[in-house]
Amino acid sequence: MDFDLNGEQRMWQKAVHDFVAAEVKPKAREVDETAEFNWAAVKKMGPLGLLGLNAPEEFGGAGVDAVSAAIAIEELGWGCGSTALAIAAHNGLGSAPIARFGSEAQKKKFLEPVATGRGKLAALALTEPGAGSDLQGGVTTKAVKDGDEWAINGTKMWCTNASIADYIITLVRTDPAGGSHSLSMVIVPTDAPGLHIAPAEKKMGLKGSPTHAVTYDNVRVPLENLLGEEGRGLHQTLTTLDGGRISIGALSVGLAQAAFEAAVDYSHQRATFGKPIAHHQAIQWMIAEAAMNIEVARTMVHKAAWLKEQGRPFTREAAIAKTFATEMAETVCRNAIQIHGGYGYSREYPVERIYRDARLMTIGEGTSEVNRIVIARHYLD
Amino acid sequence: MKIVACIKQVPDSAAKVVAQDGQVSWGDAPLVINPWDEFAVEAALQQKEAHGGEVIAVSMGGESAKEALKHALAMGCDSAILVSDPALAGVDTQGTAKVLAAAIQKVGGVDLAFFGRQAIDGDAGITPAQTARVLGWPMLGLSAVIKVDGGKVTVERSIEEGRQTVSAEAPAVLSVVKDFGEPRYPSFMGIRKASRADIPAWTLADLGISAPAPVVAWPELMNPPSREVACEFITGGSPAEIAEKLADKIIAEKVL
Repeated sequence: MDFDLNGEQRMWQKAVHDFVAAEVKPKAREVDETAEFNWAAVKKMGPLGLLGLNAPEEFGGAGVDAVSAAIAIEELGWGCGSTALAIAAHNGLGSAPIARFGSEAQKKKFLEPVATGRGKLAALALTEPGAGSDLQGGVTTKAVKDGDEWAINGTKMWCTNASIADYIITLVRTDPAGGSHSLSMVIVPTDAPGLHIAPAEKKMGLKGSPTHAVTYDNVRVPLENLLGEEGRGLHQTLTTLDGGRISIGALSVGLAQAAFEAAVDYSHQRATFGKPIAHHQAIQWMIAEAAMNIEVARTMVHKAAWLKEQGRPFTREAAIAKTFATEMAETVCRNAIQIHGGYGYSREYPVERIYRDARLMTIGEGTSEVNRIVIARHYLD
Repeated sequence: MKIVACIKQVPDSAAKVVAQDGQVSWGDAPLVINPWDEFAVEAALQQKEAHGGEVIAVSMGGESAKEALKHALAMGCDSAILVSDPALAGVDTQGTAKVLAAAIQKVGGVDLAFFGRQAIDGDAGITPAQTARVLGWPMLGLSAVIKVDGGKVTVERSIEEGRQTVSAEAPAVLSVVKDFGEPRYPSFMGIRKASRADIPAWTLADLGISAPAPVVAWPELMNPPSREVACEFITGGSPAEIAEKLADKIIAEKVL
């Protein structure tokens, strides 16, 4: 057993932490209030490797190990939920499938520009108005071969990064007969004629991470934009989501850590009954609960990431890490507000924002309920 | 061009530095690269990018100073050298200058040596000039704009009266100020290289010099007198009443 980060991981953590503290965290409030994406910070992320976590070095990526990727997303989450979600989705959902299943030509054409920061970001469109957890039966967006092109028609929902991306990997039905081999992934450039990206959804939190409905009105892309194998789209999606779950778990640990630090600070500043509230046992219990849960969640996220890095099965561990960390973050943020009292409910302090940001994490990239199904299947099937 | 960037490891700027039992202590605060030295590294890297060559980061300090050197490597320096010797504990700025000058000479063929304007722990800001003196090189201090043309170095100095343009022939020592421009963040390629780097440690014997005799002594160290700060919450039935109480207090304390 070895619970220490290695030398490179420690340096990476410090470099990302310092970057986030200087460029991301100070803008988090503004990003939330204006719902404007923090391009200024993201444009500086290329050389640091934050835009190419999964992309190989030969395509301008950082190609970091899975634990380092989780560390980076945690640090981003500590700084700003919106920016962290955009970067997590860019890496884990928009870039990872090309890094893993793409051809050399696709990596050169699509992955390299977004991994280096020369281009915009990457996005993945899975969910539809009638298909979320049940992709296999629910996806109706279809792609039909027409000459040397795919003709794509349909609508996707809740697509993170669509308006700030160069391309959207789109899960489409390529076999109308249905079944587990009827779906495929196709890379759709965002400037393709017929692609309509609706205005950003108005959300409870994560307002600086744009989420869109996307409509495909006879969108045409070359046949070579098929990503991976035809008919393997569902399998490729589930593999991608396993990795994405580690990422959302890490992001949640970062959100919880930020709320926790704010609560600890405040508990020293605020006095009641003649002493700082940190001296009251009721507050200490909440601080201790938060510390325990953050520590346990982080350890589980790192374990899932480590298994992934070893090339071993990690579906169960990723589901456990995601479910535990996201639900933990909700509770930690809830109690951070409680510690702040009335001020916690005010936008003057960061904890209400973090609470709103944390709320998505038990829903996106597999709800807590779906994740529990994933976990239970390992024992019952 | 062969460029040296001299850096120092210092306690983090958030550290609480106190005098304790006749020693300066920063508790368990983390040690970092002196923030001013990041500007020196940036300036050195920009010269390399403009004219080619290599940048060598040099630091005098304990084994832990290798971490500060790794930061310089992660920013893009080509190599790093630690000068470390038990005989150097507590050395003053003049002694430091003699050691750094000897290291720069041992590196050999150096055209430019960059320093930050000062270190945030000692805050003396004289080591760069002292090093130039030992080397017998010109000193271009507080540089905000740096241009190298052939063997000639021209800088705009950022001084209290404004900007002053001076030039000198290389080899030269430069100290760099904040106006130069933001230092870059480490890159992932740099971090990868730095984490695997084997940083050599040179002793005084390697430099061929003996421990410099101190010219400055610290007979006593004491903390500045602490300020008593009291916080009082003013309460009242209405905002007007609270404001009135506050105004009375401000007048009574002769704040206004």
